[in-house]
Amino acid sequence: MLADQDRIFTNLYGLHSPDLEAAKKRGAWDGTKFLLDQGRDWIIDEMKGSGLRGRGGAGFPTGLKWSFMPKKSDGRPHYLVVNADESEPGTCKDREIMRHDPHLLIEGCMLASFAMGAHACYVYLRGEYVAEKFALQRAVDEAYAARLVGQSNVHDYPFDIYVHHGAGAYICGEETALIESLEGKKGMPRLKPPFPANMGLYGCPTTVNNVESIAVAGTILRRGGAWFAGLGGKNNTGTKLFCVSGHVNKPCNVEEELGVTFRELIDKHCGGMRGGWDNLLCSIPGGSSVPLVPAEQIIDAKMDFDTLRNLGSGLGTAAVIVLDKSTDIVGAIARISYFYKHESCGQCTPCREGTGWMWRVLTRMAQGRAQKREIDMLLEVTKQVEGHTICALGDAAAWPIQGLIRHFRPEIEKRIDQYSANPHSDAVPMAAE
Amino acid sequence: MANRRLAPAAEQPQHFAFSPENAEWARGQIEKYPEGRQASAVIPLLWKAQEQNGGWLPQKAIEAVADQLGMPHIRVLEVATFYTMFALEPVGRFWIQLCGTVPCDCCGAKELKAALQARLGPPGHVSADGNFSWLEVECLGACCNAPMVQINQDYYEDLSPESLNKLMDDLAAGRPVKVGSQVGRVSSEPKDAVNTLTDPTLFDGSRVGAWRKRFEATKDEEAIKQEEAASTEARAATEAKPAHPQAGRPVEQGNADGPAQRVAAGQNPVRESDKAEAAERGTSQAKTGAARPGDSPALDSPAERAAAGEPPAKTDTPDAETRALAEDAALRTEPPQHPAAAGADDGVPQPENPEARADAVGQRPEGLEAARDNRPDDLTKIKGVGPVNQTRLNALGIWHYDQIAAWTPREVAWVGAYLAFPGRIDRENWVSQAADLAGTKG
Repeated sequence: MLADQDRIFTNLYGLHSPDLEAAKKRGAWDGTKFLLDQGRDWIIDEMKGSGLRGRGGAGFPTGLKWSFMPKKSDGRPHYLVVNADESEPGTCKDREIMRHDPHLLIEGCMLASFAMGAHACYVYLRGEYVAEKFALQRAVDEAYAARLVGQSNVHDYPFDIYVHHGAGAYICGEETALIESLEGKKGMPRLKPPFPANMGLYGCPTTVNNVESIAVAGTILRRGGAWFAGLGGKNNTGTKLFCVSGHVNKPCNVEEELGVTFRELIDKHCGGMRGGWDNLLCSIPGGSSVPLVPAEQIIDAKMDFDTLRNLGSGLGTAAVIVLDKSTDIVGAIARISYFYKHESCGQCTPCREGTGWMWRVLTRMAQGRAQKREIDMLLEVTKQVEGHTICALGDAAAWPIQGLIRHFRPEIEKRIDQYSANPHSDAVPMAAE
Repeated sequence: MANRRLAPAAEQPQHFAFSPENAEWARGQIEKYPEGRQASAVIPLLWKAQEQNGGWLPQKAIEAVADQLGMPHIRVLEVATFYTMFALEPVGRFWIQLCGTVPCDCCGAKELKAALQARLGPPGHVSADGNFSWLEVECLGACCNAPMVQINQDYYEDLSPESLNKLMDDLAAGRPVKVGSQVGRVSSEPKDAVNTLTDPTLFDGSRVGAWRKRFEATKDEEAIKQEEAASTEARAATEAKPAHPQAGRPVEQGNADGPAQRVAAGQNPVRESDKAEAAERGTSQAKTGAARPGDSPALDSPAERAAAGEPPAKTDTPDAETRALAEDAALRTEPPQHPAAAGADDGVPQPENPEARADAVGQRPEGLEAARDNRPDDLTKIKGVGPVNQTRLNALGIWHYDQIAAWTPREVAWVGAYLAFPGRIDRENWVSQAADLAGTKG
């Protein structure tokens, strides 16, 4: 188990005060000026050395991303945008950072902005997080009052931080959709290139980072990229907030080393599996977008980017949804399909039409009202949606279904058999009926 | 996509204007954004308008916000219908949004849904007393506290049908209610079983500043290094024979056994014995790291280099062009950054050797030991090949235009991956360029 001294989010559970004074005692804003004095290149080198991979789902190296920003401004301002639009089903980690450790985030924003030459930062919260918005705004006001941030501050680097919020659209977690939304438009993703590092918010160089990626920056710079890289495994370094939900005895958020095994994560922190380990059916290890992994494969797997990718799934946001044998697995994936149907922005045809089609067919399959050949048809449609859309929502809608068919095809067939074994007055429908 | 329409005309109020305090608040919001970018404030303003109008957004409010921000009405109407948090029809005094996505769904949201259905009828209708209306919504982001509902602006978590019914009774009767977990959790900790973050030194300020040792240690190292360099120079001047740098004196050496070296050797960067030791003593690995300054990459920080009289900027790549090209390539392979993108699509540059990477996508072209007649062609005449790439191609045994002109698609893919420019060879038509050049030469 990760030692308490190596945990970054020391007030994860809100058992202590989130206020500035208490946050300083926990180590926030400690020597920020000293870190800034080391220079922009040093900060980026340390972040690269830490091996930190973005915590928002895609796992792109954070230091590398920062280095894409133009070294010199061409007259346009640079922006840092923090993605706090946490809406991936299963994920509830950024919320705890914003309401319990907001000063780690604000300090991280300052350091990251300095490293990329930005003087303004927008934190985009999801609209439903009203309490979190107020908590973060209170912390920002504290930081302004203590002159830690602002146009003239104790760090001699003019820096403004603004709290912005959305209004309930999952798609705004995609970085270009988030930028569109922040500009006051519908959250429809943009085609890339141009990448935000060249043309982002208001047409200016912009970097969009997840809350957790930014909030760990201060601690990494203080203790050194080597410290962070020494935790976890090769290419999967550091600590990560895991959000464990579903059929465990004590669901919780917990910070652990990347590469902790699934079994250890559940046994040590979540009070074990509900009904014992034999009762595990499968897990969705990275938020609803990633394919499920059946029990026998996940149970002793390391929870990190590469191991889970090799299992045909992904770490995503480390939102571990645990499902036991009481779960109607086809129904559960149909529910996920409904989510993507509901959240598709409607811009690309394969996603707009495909998500609804896949949901309707899967809902029938959950009841058994389907033909067996439709399973292959459904699989083919997911392949037609995947990779044919501007953003990754199409992929995210396709992957859970592919995972279901890969691992639970017999279950779908069983339901179809059961349904057709009984007399029904209506004909079994086909395709999108 | 959700199909969303404005409320029928009969239910729409005739006027909407912000109250004086809300108008003041709105001006404060607009100030957050740069001059001329006031449209950015559209969501906050609509949200406030909805709050002022009893939880739903009438057409007049949409138009008022549009006028205030100087936006066409249709643009704000688009925003209001796109974002699902804007209720376009009247809602109850307590608007219940039930999270029905999988983590909640498998932990009892179905039962809550049945309870709401039984008590309030179908979703989207205001109860007869005007107190409640409800809707099933998508993930609200409190999955460790499933199942949960949001009532107006507050989250109520860890619910059961009984506690939800009691909560609704209390709200209707105006009794005080507890926001958050309904089973006594503070937030998302494991209930009654917190076994992390128990070390009191994390919270009493005694650990503040401990990290500075790292920088002091590296400074000492630097001073020793400089002193040694000076004394070596002095001795070299007086002694005729060249000084052997490693003779009997401790000098800066590559660490034989640090995390970086272990990683390079394919091992776990933290030795099991170190982990056990750290756990035993209750000391963190960072402390051990600071005690062994050789582990720290900060030795090579820009400040230290500047102090040592070297150029502060590290020139990792000698050729600025290749560096720019590498970044360009990395940008092209950058995966979409989205929670939905998930780990399955990690576009992380793998540190493995380029040949292995290339072997995965294509076939290595045949190379020559040396240029024919010792007269290699000038490959830099091909647009897209610079001196660096010419050297790398030569290293593969590619010396002549006709070799490139004869590449098969699989060989093109291999070379593209080897040079870390997937797709670029096709885009710049190296093969046909080479064919042209081979023709003019012959």
